[in-house]
Amino acid sequence: MAAKSILEADGKAILSYHLTRSKPIAPSPLPPPPHNSPPKLASLHFPAGCNPSAILDAAETTYPFLLTPRARFVAKPDQLIKRRGKLGLLTLNKPWAEARKWVEERACKETDVEGVTGILRNFLVEPFVPHKGEEEYYINIHSVREGDWILFTHEGGVDVGDVDAKAERLLVGIDLSEYPSNETIAATLLKNVPSGVHNVLVDFITRLYGVYVDCQFTYLEINPLVVIPNEDKTSAEVHFLDLAAKLDQTAEFECGAKWAIARSAQSLGLASTSSDKINIDAGPPMEFPAPFGRELSPEEAYIASLDAKTGASLKLTVLNANGRIWTLVAGGGASVVYADAIASAGFASELANYGEYSGAPTETQTYHYARTVLDLMLRGPIHPNGKVLFIGGGIANFTNVASTFKGVIRALREFAQVLIEHKVQIWVRRAGPNYQEGLKNIKAVGQELQLNMKVYGPEMHVSGIVPIALLSKNPGNIKEYGA
Amino acid sequence: MATLSPTTGGASANDNIRRFTAPSRPRSPPAEHTLFHPKTRAFIYGLQPRACQGMLDFDFICRRTTPSVAGIIYPFGGQFVSKMYWGTSETLLPVYHSVEKAMEKHPDVDTIVNFASSRSVYGSTMELMNHSQVRTIAIIAEGVPERRAREILHYAQKKGITIIGPATVGGIKPGSFKIGNTGGMMDNIVASKLYRKGSVGYVSKSGGMSNELNNILAQVSNGVYEGVAIGGDRYPGTTFIDHLLRYQADPECKILVLLGEVGGVEEYRVIEAVKNGQITKPIVAWAIGTCASMFTTEVQFGHAGSFANSQLETAKAKNRAMRDAGFFVPDTFEEFPDVLGRVYQNLVAKGVIVPQPEPEPPKIPIDYSWAQELGLIRKPAAFISTISDDRGQELLYAGMPISDVFKEDIGIGGVMSLLWFRRRLPEYASKFLEMVLMLTADHGPAVSGAMNTIITTRAGKDLISALVSGLLTIGERFGGALDGAAAEFTNAFDKGLSPRDFVDTMRKQNKLIPGIGHKVKSRNNPDLRVELVKEFVKKRFPSHKLLDYALAVESVTTSKKDNLILNVDGCVAVCFVDLLRNCGAFTPEEAEDYLRMGVLNGLFVLGRSIGLIAHYLDQKRLRTGLYRHPWDDITYLLPNLSSSGAPGNEGRVEVSM
Repeated sequence: MAAKSILEADGKAILSYHLTRSKPIAPSPLPPPPHNSPPKLASLHFPAGCNPSAILDAAETTYPFLLTPRARFVAKPDQLIKRRGKLGLLTLNKPWAEARKWVEERACKETDVEGVTGILRNFLVEPFVPHKGEEEYYINIHSVREGDWILFTHEGGVDVGDVDAKAERLLVGIDLSEYPSNETIAATLLKNVPSGVHNVLVDFITRLYGVYVDCQFTYLEINPLVVIPNEDKTSAEVHFLDLAAKLDQTAEFECGAKWAIARSAQSLGLASTSSDKINIDAGPPMEFPAPFGRELSPEEAYIASLDAKTGASLKLTVLNANGRIWTLVAGGGASVVYADAIASAGFASELANYGEYSGAPTETQTYHYARTVLDLMLRGPIHPNGKVLFIGGGIANFTNVASTFKGVIRALREFAQVLIEHKVQIWVRRAGPNYQEGLKNIKAVGQELQLNMKVYGPEMHVSGIVPIALLSKNPGNIKEYGA
Repeated sequence: MATLSPTTGGASANDNIRRFTAPSRPRSPPAEHTLFHPKTRAFIYGLQPRACQGMLDFDFICRRTTPSVAGIIYPFGGQFVSKMYWGTSETLLPVYHSVEKAMEKHPDVDTIVNFASSRSVYGSTMELMNHSQVRTIAIIAEGVPERRAREILHYAQKKGITIIGPATVGGIKPGSFKIGNTGGMMDNIVASKLYRKGSVGYVSKSGGMSNELNNILAQVSNGVYEGVAIGGDRYPGTTFIDHLLRYQADPECKILVLLGEVGGVEEYRVIEAVKNGQITKPIVAWAIGTCASMFTTEVQFGHAGSFANSQLETAKAKNRAMRDAGFFVPDTFEEFPDVLGRVYQNLVAKGVIVPQPEPEPPKIPIDYSWAQELGLIRKPAAFISTISDDRGQELLYAGMPISDVFKEDIGIGGVMSLLWFRRRLPEYASKFLEMVLMLTADHGPAVSGAMNTIITTRAGKDLISALVSGLLTIGERFGGALDGAAAEFTNAFDKGLSPRDFVDTMRKQNKLIPGIGHKVKSRNNPDLRVELVKEFVKKRFPSHKLLDYALAVESVTTSKKDNLILNVDGCVAVCFVDLLRNCGAFTPEEAEDYLRMGVLNGLFVLGRSIGLIAHYLDQKRLRTGLYRHPWDDITYLLPNLSSSGAPGNEGRVEVSM
């Protein structure tokens, strides 16, 4: 729940649909433009185990524009990868046959992008837009506390360079009634642009910002932005050749319908498929893809699905499946503190997971969560130095510690034998309602199952068990709970 | 005393309710830097009894004379007051449907704890801000869209209102005021000594970690002076600097604590304030999330705002910058208590802080529900249920999860056996129950139950009224033959009367035998429904002695008159008794018990409801109008008042029944 990146194809679809439809926030120097014709966006997805060739065959039916004679295309992966132009993950000005071959060669292949390995599964193929170098601009809108910055430079393109240093900038305040005048926009942002296209660009920037606000973007970057004015400069063809955007996922209840309609088959100019799936809005709901190389593992996906079904919060990210140090921490803040403590003790590379459970999960939910973490930990090979498990957490507000610990205890019982085989040290620290009972129970179970377990209560600093476990440092000389 | 009430031991419940007048105004308006003081009065927006009670309990152990909550604003409200505890006595809090009304009634309120959801919190907060008495609003909701949060904070700045949140637990000022659920349960508040003020003011991003801070501060210093959790979102309404400047201005606050986080640049504004001399008190600080820079890919931590968009926003950079600016920044968060303790001891040594003797906090009784959860108390339950349970993951019918009900496809008969008899019956028994329902479902429009339903429907009444008016006719005469037949046949059979003796006894008593006789059907023209039941029972039941007995009775009665056959009611009744007695699932006592309870009537009511609903739907479908019985079908025989007679007996027509 936060600002989330979206696919380039979706960003383009939203802009294309809403640029002429969002309510204007300021009078434009130009007459209202006609609505854009549907954008030509062939968004190709290659799921695991697919036959890329078959998907490309199907694409030719779904996106008939691909077969237009003599048409030229741009193809690139659409997976939240930055600087694709520089990385050679972009092919320009190719007939369909070549673009298709380019995609086919890369689809479903493991690829290394600046140190991150992932599989290319999503591509975007669009018509190539011939234009002159001087028609390439750069625009970036991003939000800060005081308002939204608009950055603009007339020298856009792959080699835009350090935009922070060279872009003209304008802060638009939160109160839209104070939106800058056309003259101000032209004078600040368009200083270095031939005045002939000022009207066209002012109109575009205001519309773009209108969509940014209306569809609750938190980040939008277009580079290059190509603006080809008509002869009398009363309107222009605007092309967003490359785009990166983030939407505020929490605004789904306000903007979901707007996001969806832009992605509907009708808005994209596609023959509406006779799919029998009913969406709650006029189009498919917005998707927020995982970053490149960070597709969810089955276990992460399982925890995410548990999380989605309850009011409680259950999060799991596996950082290093072969790591020695695992965490089972309650509370959003406490879980970060634990990761910090492990990293600052010098064990960042050994930290296996980041995760947290909070918001009063039931005993069963806690059990499934704990079970998943233990299973992942004990699946890896036995490590000669053993493994470390932190069952940590802060002082809960209302969660009954004893009852959530029941779920943890159930999982511990299930894995007791393997925990001993893997020489797992277990360190417990927790407080909050009924912690006395919870700590007593888990301690008793540790003794019963002969686990290597140490248990601490609120006398111990929230993450104080980490330096004790990893560095044998216990400066306050704090005793175990009940000792 | 006749009205002795069991719970209050003599006094009526009303005597135990404390009523408060609004507190006297503080003699001078609170200083600019003071958000909360021991006379702060607040509204709770939203129905949050637990948070409300927590605030009142806090007020009580702080020895406030009036509760901090003046009332509750709940636009969907039905009730007008909400009952809360004040110590061991009770008090009533008014519930308002409109902000307008609440503000008008309580001009002393300047603080609102807004529990509205992320969807509605924008609208309600904007409305609240239009009232000039409002100084502070705490927004609890998580997931407020970032644009809306910025709009709220922009407007609040214009109006000079302090916003705490969104996505926060709130804040606490020991001895004065507690926002909502801050500080957790009472035992934690007592353990962290939050009932009396200390000397340390903190601002934390995370609400959960504020509990840890309270705990640490109670251990290594004289405790919290004031603490605020600004919330984990990207755009909190007020940030570190806003509250630290207040603590700086407040002479009672001696040490400042800042617990920041990766993401955002708000810590740098505090650094600036220290550099330009606005803040001079010692600051102990830490930004959590130092591990983020060590991960190879982006990890979104729990908070929406905890994501570094640039090097500047990393926790490492922030900790370094704060240390460079002269803050007390530990090397790791684990060393935070030590550093804080040293700063505190140093100020005590200098005489800046003079530790005070500990007051004894008043006791708060433990809440009933919590004590119950802890297993500390017990009380006899007023109700017992042994057939179904909706509390767990899955609905249970007599212990059988609803998913198994479908997996094993036990049918309506199976569900009836679970809920009526709390046990699985053999498959043929379930089938028999279903068979009875199907046979009794309807018997045409002319019978009294259907007639009543039809007339009620035609009077424009709803389904339930029409159904019930039909069901209410069921009794001894209509539909009740089942119960009667079962009773009479069983009785005779058990007494060992021969069928002929039974018939004779009944005749002597001038009683009809229930379950015998049919209007048109006869021995030569048998009722097919009866044939179906007989066939099924003979084939499937392990024993059908009572049916055999009833058939023997039938042969006696039909020898007298051809249509005195065992009718469908009688047949079903005796077969049902056979089932109860012989299926092996019931003891003889249980079997008798169920019959006495009238389970057969239940069977008829359930079956016939199908038909009655059908008649209702039929009349609706036909759009029939109000029914009026024609005069010519009624014989009117009225008394003649003019003729003399004893009162109550004036010319009445006697009709012998």
